[in-house]
Amino acid sequence: MVRDLTIGQYYPGDSLLHKTDPRVKIVLTLVFIFVIFFCKNFFSLGLMIAALLVGVFLSRVPLKMILKSMKAITFIIIITALLNLFYTTGGNVLVKYKFITITDTGVYTAIFVAVRILALIVGSTLLTYTTTPTMLTDAIEQLLKPLKVFHVPVHTLAMMMTLALRFIPTLIEEIDKIMNAQKARGADLESGGLLQRAKALVPILIPLFVSSFRRAYELAFAMECRCYTGGEGRTRMKQMKLKGLDSILIVGCAVLLGGVIALNLFFKTYNLG
Amino acid sequence: MEKIIEYKDVTFRYEGEDEAHILPLTINGVTLNLEKGSFVAVLGRNGSGKSTLAKLTNAIHLPESGQVLVEGLDTRDEKNTDLIRRKVGMVFQNPDNQIVATIVEDDVAFGPENLGIEPKEIRRRVDDALKAVGMYDFRLAEPHKLSGGQKQRVAIAGILAMQTDSIVLDEPTAMLDPIGRREVLSTVLRLNRERGITVLMITHFMEEAAQAERVIVLDKGKVFLDGSPRDVFTQSEALKRCGLDVPQATGLAKALADSGIKIKTDVLNEEECIDAILTAYKE
Repeated sequence: MVRDLTIGQYYPGDSLLHKTDPRVKIVLTLVFIFVIFFCKNFFSLGLMIAALLVGVFLSRVPLKMILKSMKAITFIIIITALLNLFYTTGGNVLVKYKFITITDTGVYTAIFVAVRILALIVGSTLLTYTTTPTMLTDAIEQLLKPLKVFHVPVHTLAMMMTLALRFIPTLIEEIDKIMNAQKARGADLESGGLLQRAKALVPILIPLFVSSFRRAYELAFAMECRCYTGGEGRTRMKQMKLKGLDSILIVGCAVLLGGVIALNLFFKTYNLG
Repeated sequence: MEKIIEYKDVTFRYEGEDEAHILPLTINGVTLNLEKGSFVAVLGRNGSGKSTLAKLTNAIHLPESGQVLVEGLDTRDEKNTDLIRRKVGMVFQNPDNQIVATIVEDDVAFGPENLGIEPKEIRRRVDDALKAVGMYDFRLAEPHKLSGGQKQRVAIAGILAMQTDSIVLDEPTAMLDPIGRREVLSTVLRLNRERGITVLMITHFMEEAAQAERVIVLDKGKVFLDGSPRDVFTQSEALKRCGLDVPQATGLAKALADSGIKIKTDVLNEEECIDAILTAYKE
């Protein structure tokens, strides 16, 4: 079971997006989210969707995987769309039935918001599909480096993230073992109400807790034995360097941002909300 | 021969829960010299102090009295701790609890990165270390997808990449299946022979100890037997007294001799045992 587990949702590949510097990808994803919120009408949003489709194409991540990431949030999208549909006022009234009023602006807003959320999700999953968790943590460490001035323990935080990622599969395996051990002793984990099931978890969580501390203790020894003394004086085997490809992406995104602003202004009359 | 690790009349005890509970000495006056480039196995039953002996070599534990010297450096001097850990690498029993990174090659790079080595040199060392333990093809794998023996070899590569003069292994095979055990032992043997790395291996498998150059048997925190595997394993009575067994092959030869057959009893492995039986049969 655990052997098939991949941490995060990295999709191994060798595409342009896979090769892009993870720092650039993180920053651009943030910019992308920001710009998506900045889109005021269907024209500017359409431009971003087109850019997103180019991104999906460049990543070579199969469409099936992308759709899978959308599936998880279908419910949220439907709820938000419905809320927007019923609560938006203004525009021509299309349906009026008792207390329900639907206007054409409401319909547009509902579609707009739904597409916006979808774009956000696809944009950020594109980041996690093309970047390994290790690269992500390394990039976050690099990006947060300036915060060291304010005594934020950036290296320690990044180390904690790496170790947490590293131990997820180990602990899943452990939970499985403990559950089997408790079942063998007659523990009933599957029946009963919510409260009863929550109570049944106690004999699983306590051994897990104890063994996690033992692991932490041993790991700390092992790290010390390998001369780990924190971030000071450490070098990294994998250096991150900005390449031509990264600059192209950055410029491309800047152009997109300009395009969005232009479209927002040009089609002002179509702006929603 | 040059001495690389020296124990000088060392005692050590673990701290009790409070001052009223003083635990007995775990190491009770051990004096030993390990020679450079040698392969030493330490045997002993549970609680004999064998793991503690390993942890004294790189200042995880400090002696209560006496001295532990690593290439002349006293482990009790805090200034030496970092230097000593650059000279003695340690591999622990549980492979899961010593792998730090989510990718094999990143984990092997962890030690050299801590030493502040140039990125290019780290890459060279990591590739070299992974090839030396036969894990180069798995350099991009995730550790939790490897077998126990493979994980333990990655842990050994992590120490190799630090280029320490000695490796101390604290029951590295205890949690492995027979295949994993063989993989790890042959890797360690090869590194010792080809690269001249001094090996101190704590184990409770007689067959593993039989492949060392020197076997030390600990009992109740004291050196009980010390000599070549042949010297040690022929003293089956003494071994039994401290709760240990001889390797199966040795045991068989001994049993045959006891039942009145004229046979060589100083055999260590199956081949030697077969030879001895054949010779006895011909006679």
